[in-house]
Amino acid sequence: MSEPNPKNSNPKNSDSEGPDAKGSKPKGPTTNGSKAKAAEAKAPDAAGAAPKAADGATAANAANGVNPDKEAAAQNLPGQRLDHGEVIGVRHGMFGPDAGGDTTGYGRLVRTVRLPGQATRPYGGWFDEVADELEGALEEQGLVPENAIEKTVVDRDELTFHIAREHLPRVARTLRDDPALRFELCTGVSGVHLPGDKGRELHAVYHLRSITHNRLIRLEVGVPDDDRHLPSIVDVYPTNDWHERETYDFFGLVFDGHPALTRIMMPDDWQGFPQRKDYPLGGIPVEYKGAQIPAPDQRRSYS
Amino acid sequence: MTTPNDAGPRETTEGPVYTVTGGDWDEIASAARQADDERIIVNMGPQHPSTHGVLRLILEIDGETVTEARCGIGYLHTGIEKNLEFRTWTQGTTFVTRMDYLTPFFNETAYCLAVEKLLGIEGEVPDRASVVRVMLMELNRISSHLVAIATGGMELGATTIMIYGFRDRELVLDIFELITGLRMNHAYVRPGGLAQDLPPGAVDQVREFVKKMRRNLPEYDKLATGNPIFKGRMQDVGYLDLTGCMALGATGPILRSAGLPHDLRKAQPYCGYDTYDFEVPTADTCDAYGRFLIRLEEMRESLRIVEQCLDRLQPGPVMVADKKIAWPAQLALGPDGLGNSLDHIKKIMGTSMEALIHHFKLVTEGFRVPPGQAYTAVESPKGELGVHVVSDGGTRPYRVHFRDPSFTNLQAMAAMCEGGQVADVIVAVASIDPVMGGVDR
Repeated sequence: MSEPNPKNSNPKNSDSEGPDAKGSKPKGPTTNGSKAKAAEAKAPDAAGAAPKAADGATAANAANGVNPDKEAAAQNLPGQRLDHGEVIGVRHGMFGPDAGGDTTGYGRLVRTVRLPGQATRPYGGWFDEVADELEGALEEQGLVPENAIEKTVVDRDELTFHIAREHLPRVARTLRDDPALRFELCTGVSGVHLPGDKGRELHAVYHLRSITHNRLIRLEVGVPDDDRHLPSIVDVYPTNDWHERETYDFFGLVFDGHPALTRIMMPDDWQGFPQRKDYPLGGIPVEYKGAQIPAPDQRRSYS
Repeated sequence: MTTPNDAGPRETTEGPVYTVTGGDWDEIASAARQADDERIIVNMGPQHPSTHGVLRLILEIDGETVTEARCGIGYLHTGIEKNLEFRTWTQGTTFVTRMDYLTPFFNETAYCLAVEKLLGIEGEVPDRASVVRVMLMELNRISSHLVAIATGGMELGATTIMIYGFRDRELVLDIFELITGLRMNHAYVRPGGLAQDLPPGAVDQVREFVKKMRRNLPEYDKLATGNPIFKGRMQDVGYLDLTGCMALGATGPILRSAGLPHDLRKAQPYCGYDTYDFEVPTADTCDAYGRFLIRLEEMRESLRIVEQCLDRLQPGPVMVADKKIAWPAQLALGPDGLGNSLDHIKKIMGTSMEALIHHFKLVTEGFRVPPGQAYTAVESPKGELGVHVVSDGGTRPYRVHFRDPSFTNLQAMAAMCEGGQVADVIVAVASIDPVMGGVDR
């Protein structure tokens, strides 16, 4: 992402979607301008992932007779977001379980669930400064920033860098040591299991705090479920020792290079990784005032 | 002399294993004398009064010196983060309040701030709700520090300070009971505001408490601060300097005892903390004694903040105006405990069908939160309490992760204890002030 003309390249985009539009899903050559050119230089998987996922969702919607992306009326659907981010799933109907019994008439409701997508420059505030410094510092080390930073998301006043897993230790070290960045404090790693995010089902999310500059950023690394390895950053942030063990314990993410990656919360001989979405909550029905209350994961849920 | 519970010496591949049950010291001592190996590994806990709940310390000792120290945790893991994914966003507060059970209001507020950030309603939370949140958090900081000082003193054998600490904590818990109905596990702070307004008499009782606490706080000074035995046990024990703190992610009193005045209330203000007048006490001793002094000083600052809260309490709503988020209930104390007020039930059942539908939908289904993620952090008495919440646009949290300061700070135990005496391990762990409910979640 080189610095020239971030703003004047896509005036159309801002005209048509309002000033706060952060979307960047390629809809056509006109709205995207130089962004498409930048995408060509990027790693192929990063550039291709979003449109592919979106197509899958569109197909699913079309099969149900509703396409929220195309139909104007669909904008009235609850939970709809106008920015075109990363699709992580599609919701059907009003109630979660397929057990039937949905007599609301909303059974054909289809909604696409999107996480906030790639942001376009300028990110605003000190976000640009951090992004520039990080890109510059990575370039100095002979690393193409586009290879390391797959995506930059600005949402709810928070800056998130999606980092390619092989470059994570280098990026973390740069963020910690560069005088202009100085993210001295890592607040650990949190796992997120997104089975709908094909190819990067497991996310490791790091929050880094700079006490020097009073800033907070987020790093996110997505890895596929069938190869859930990512490098450990314990040698950069020793505090992540227990945090990485916890994330391994609950999600099965293997942090390569961790000094002793063992379970920390669950018993050593536990089978499975409890915080994954395919791991049941468990529980038994309980009688309360004469009625049988089903276990929490068996109760009716609302999608 | 072996009882049925006492397994006696067992031979294992690592050497003989003795189970110490008390009253059998002679036997253990003679066995240790006869052993040809000087290296002894002591398992302290998880059921041991001086390990702050179910913490297991694994100490490798050489004589009285600890050569290696490790923690075994997870004995109190209750799967709260997993459970949250099966409840509505509002029900979440009922769970998070039980994490670090000594700092329930911090857990609730941190979680609610995160949910509010996801909803984009941070600016709409009424002033009164924020002021009450700050007041309760600061009262909670006092009660948490009191427990830290009380149990820490008890572990040194200073039982008087334990009695004092729990005596004053009881005053705080009385206030909590008056305001929320419960001494602990309140679920009082809700996304969008508070469960209900302050009851009559609460402000007076808090004022009374501040007055009383101003009188009681110097007692800790008189009892402990200058006490040579106390100082002898605490000074230069549990040493962790700034480099160690940053590397190990230690925050809160541990970090401030290394001289860095880092406090999220000042650095990244939330709930309007930037408008309150208070100091961030620090020490430069990097030891358990410095942390004790900081806790004592922080309680004084908390009293100042509580007073400012009382002065700026204005009548007004305590929940956002958006009826799609605000819990419709009006709670009242009935013969069977706290519940919906009969007036409210009469109204929704008898006069307004729409209100009934609305109530039903919001209570059973909850509100939807736009997809995305947010991280909020508050300065809990133990350090940075961070909450990472992810929403997939549903009525339930998709993922909630608590970065509990106890969990992170407890990692520093090895760095503080190795090379020291066994007796100092107790002091060092007490100065970390870990609460296993927060560590294991």
